[in-house]
Amino acid sequence: MTDVPDRTAPYVADFEAFARNGASGAPDWLKELREGAIGRFAELGFPTMKQEEWRFTSVAPIADQRFILAHAPGSPGPSGTPVGLPAPSDIERLCLGAGPRVVFVDGRHAPTLSTPADLVGGARAGSLAAALRTDAGGELARAHLARHARWRDSAFAALNTAFLADGAFVHVPADVTLERPLEVVFVSTGRARSEGPLVSHPRSLIVVERGARAAVVETYAALSDGVYWTNAVTEVVVGAGAWAELYRVQREGPHSFQVATTHSRQDRDSYLGLHVVTLGAALARHDIDAVLDGAGAELILNGLYLLGGAQHADHHTVIDHAQPHCASHEFFNGVLAERSHGVFTGRIIVRPGAQRTDSKQTNNNLLLSTEARADSQPQLEIYADDVKCTHGSTVGPIDQMQLYYLRSRGLTPEAARSILTYGFGAEILDRMRHPVVRDRLDRLVRERLA
Amino acid sequence: MTGKGKRERGKVLLEVRDLHASVEGREILRGIDLTVRAGEVHAIMGPNGSGKSTLAQVLAGHPAYTVTAGRVLYEGHDLLGMAPEARAREGVFLAFQYPVAIRGITNAYFLRSAVNAIRKHKGVEELGPVEFMDALEEKLKAIGWDSSYLSRPVNEGFSGGEKKRNEILQLAVLDPKLAILDETDSGLDIDALKTVAQTVDKLRRPDNATVLVTHYDRILTHIEPDVVHVLAGGRIVKSGGKELARELEEKGYDWLREEAVVT
Ligand SMILES: Nc1ncnc2c1ncn2[C@@H]1O[C@H](COP(=O)(O)OP(=O)(O)OP(=O)(O)O)[C@@H](O)[C@H]1O
Ligand SMILES: [Mg+2]
Repeated sequence: MTDVPDRTAPYVADFEAFARNGASGAPDWLKELREGAIGRFAELGFPTMKQEEWRFTSVAPIADQRFILAHAPGSPGPSGTPVGLPAPSDIERLCLGAGPRVVFVDGRHAPTLSTPADLVGGARAGSLAAALRTDAGGELARAHLARHARWRDSAFAALNTAFLADGAFVHVPADVTLERPLEVVFVSTGRARSEGPLVSHPRSLIVVERGARAAVVETYAALSDGVYWTNAVTEVVVGAGAWAELYRVQREGPHSFQVATTHSRQDRDSYLGLHVVTLGAALARHDIDAVLDGAGAELILNGLYLLGGAQHADHHTVIDHAQPHCASHEFFNGVLAERSHGVFTGRIIVRPGAQRTDSKQTNNNLLLSTEARADSQPQLEIYADDVKCTHGSTVGPIDQMQLYYLRSRGLTPEAARSILTYGFGAEILDRMRHPVVRDRLDRLVRERLA
Repeated sequence: MTGKGKRERGKVLLEVRDLHASVEGREILRGIDLTVRAGEVHAIMGPNGSGKSTLAQVLAGHPAYTVTAGRVLYEGHDLLGMAPEARAREGVFLAFQYPVAIRGITNAYFLRSAVNAIRKHKGVEELGPVEFMDALEEKLKAIGWDSSYLSRPVNEGFSGGEKKRNEILQLAVLDPKLAILDETDSGLDIDALKTVAQTVDKLRRPDNATVLVTHYDRILTHIEPDVVHVLAGGRIVKSGGKELARELEEKGYDWLREEAVVT
C-alpha cells in the first residue's frame, strides 16, 4: 500500500505542532516516549486487512479521513471556555450513578462536570494531566505509563501514546478499600472543525496497589450524532493480592469510530474482573491484552456486544498466562441484528513454566438476521504441559428447540425470541459483581434489545 | 370438589383418532387411538423408539413432526390446528423427556414469564416478581427444593434428575388440565421419585388428567393409573388395567410385539 505513509503524514505534522506548543512543558521521559511513539506510528502505518490481526476489520473509514486533534494546543479547551461545556444533566444521563465521577469532554478533563471524590486512605481519582504535574503522580505515571500497553506493536496505541496528554488517573494505595465504584466518563461532543472531524486520544492509568480493592466504571459516550474518532488506551495495574473490577461501557455515537486498547497486568494472587459492554460506534475495535504476571492470579474477562444497523465491532483479546497457577475465564457473547458484524478473536498464551494454568474461553454469537455476521476465532498457544484449557464458540440464529420449549410453556414466538435474545446478555451481566452497576447495565441492555 | 361420591366418568378431555405422524419423512406414529377423560391417569409404556415421545411432542406441537393423517380433539377443539403456545394456554403441558437448557435466563424469570403468559391469556392480572415468589414458595417446598434453583439459568448445568424436578416444578406452577409426563421418573433417585410422584398425585383433580409415559412400574405404585397402554411400532397394541404395568416389567414387550405384527 503505497499511500499508507501519506495517511500518517498529517498526524506526524499535527504531532510536531503538539510537541512544540502545549506539550512542551512535559518531563523529558514523557517527551521521549511521545517522540518514540509517533515514530513508531509512522513506521507501522494504519493496519490493513492483509494483516492477520485485522483480517475482518477495515480501518479505511478512519484512515481515509482527516481527523483533527481535539483541543489542540492553542485552541480553547473545555476548562477555558465553560460556554462550550455540556450541561451537567447531559452527563448525568450517561452515568451509571454508582459513585463519584471524573468527566472528560473530547478527551480533556472537565473539573466542573466531575464530582469531587473524597477518597479514603489517600486514594486518588482525577485527571492524568493534573497528576503528571505533581511529583508523586509523575513518579507513578512514569513507573507504569506505556510500560504495559504494547504500543510498539499497534499503530493506534502508538498514536495514542504520541498524543498522550490526558485521561483518567486512578490510584488506590496498598490495602485501601474503595466502597463505591469510581466512574470515569469520556464524552464526545461530536462537534467538528472546518478542517474535519475531531479525534481524541484519552489515556488512562488505573493502579490498584497490593491488597487494595476497587471498582472503576469507564464509559465512552456521545452527546450528538456527529462524526468523530476516539482512540483510547487504558492501562490497569493490579498489585499482589489486590481485587479490582473494571467495567467498560462503550456507547459512542452512531457515526463515530472507536479504537481502543485495554491493557491489564496482574501481580500474584490478585483478582481482576474486566467487564466489557459494547453498544455503540459505527466501527469499533477493542484490543484487550491481559497479562497474568504473578502466580495465583485470577482474571474474569466478560464481554457483551449488541450491534445493529451496519455496525462493526471487533474484539481482539489476548490473555497471557506468564506465571503458574493462574486462572482466566473468558466469556464473550454477541447479539447481531440487521447487517451488523461482530468479530471476536480470543488468543490465549500459556508460557513455558505456566503450569497449572486453568483457562476457559467461550464466545457465543446470536444472529438475529440473515444479513448479520459473526466471526469467531479462538487461538490457543500452549507451551506448558500441565494445563487445563478449554474453548468453544458458537454462531447461529435462535435455537429452534429453545424457542419451542418456551412456546410450549405459553409464550408467544415474539416473547420467546426476546427472552432468548436477552439471555445472551443476561448471561454476561450476571457475572458482574456490583449490583448497582449490573442493574444499570441491565437496563441499558434491555433498552437496546427492545 | 369433594363429596362427589362414587366415581362418575369425567368428560372427554383428549381424543386421538387414527393419528399418523412422521419425522424427516419417516412414519413414526401409525394410527394411534386414545381417549383420555377428566380425572383419569393414563400410563403409556413401550419399547425404546416405539413413538412414545413422538406422540407426546405431537400433542404439544413440536414443529419437527408432521401429522400425516388422523385428528386430535382437546375439549372438543382441533388441537393440531393450535400453535404450541395456544395449547399451553388452554391447559396442555408436556414435561419433556429431555428438558432444554436456556442460557442467561433464570428459572424464576422463566417460570414467571410462563405463568404470566397464561394469566394474560385468561384475562387475570399478571404477577410481579415479589407476589410470584410468594406463590412459588410452597410449590418449591413440595418438590423438596430451596430457592437457589430459581436463580440458576433454566436447566443449565442441571443434573438429569434436577431437570426432571424442574419440569415438575413447572407443572405445579402452571397447573394444567392435561399433563403429559414423558419419562419424568427416569433419572430420579428413590427419594426424588417419591417427591415427584407425590407432587403429581396431589395435583390430581376430577377436572384434570395425566398421561404418564414411563418404562417403570415403580412410579405407578405412587400414582395409580386408570389405564395402561402399550405403544409399539407406532400403535397402541394393548390397553389394560394397572396390573398390565407389572406384567410388562416382568415379561418385557416381546410377547406383545408378536401379537402386534399385523402390518
Ligand atoms: N426429531 C427426530 N428426528 C429424527 N428421528 C426422530 C426424531 N424424533 C424421533 N425420531 C425417531 O422416531 C422414533 C421414535 O422415537 P421416540 O422418541 O418417539 O421413541 P420413544 O418411544 O419415546 O423412545 P424412548 O423410550 O427411547 O424414549 C425413533 O426411531 C427415533 O429415532
Ligand atoms: Mg421417549
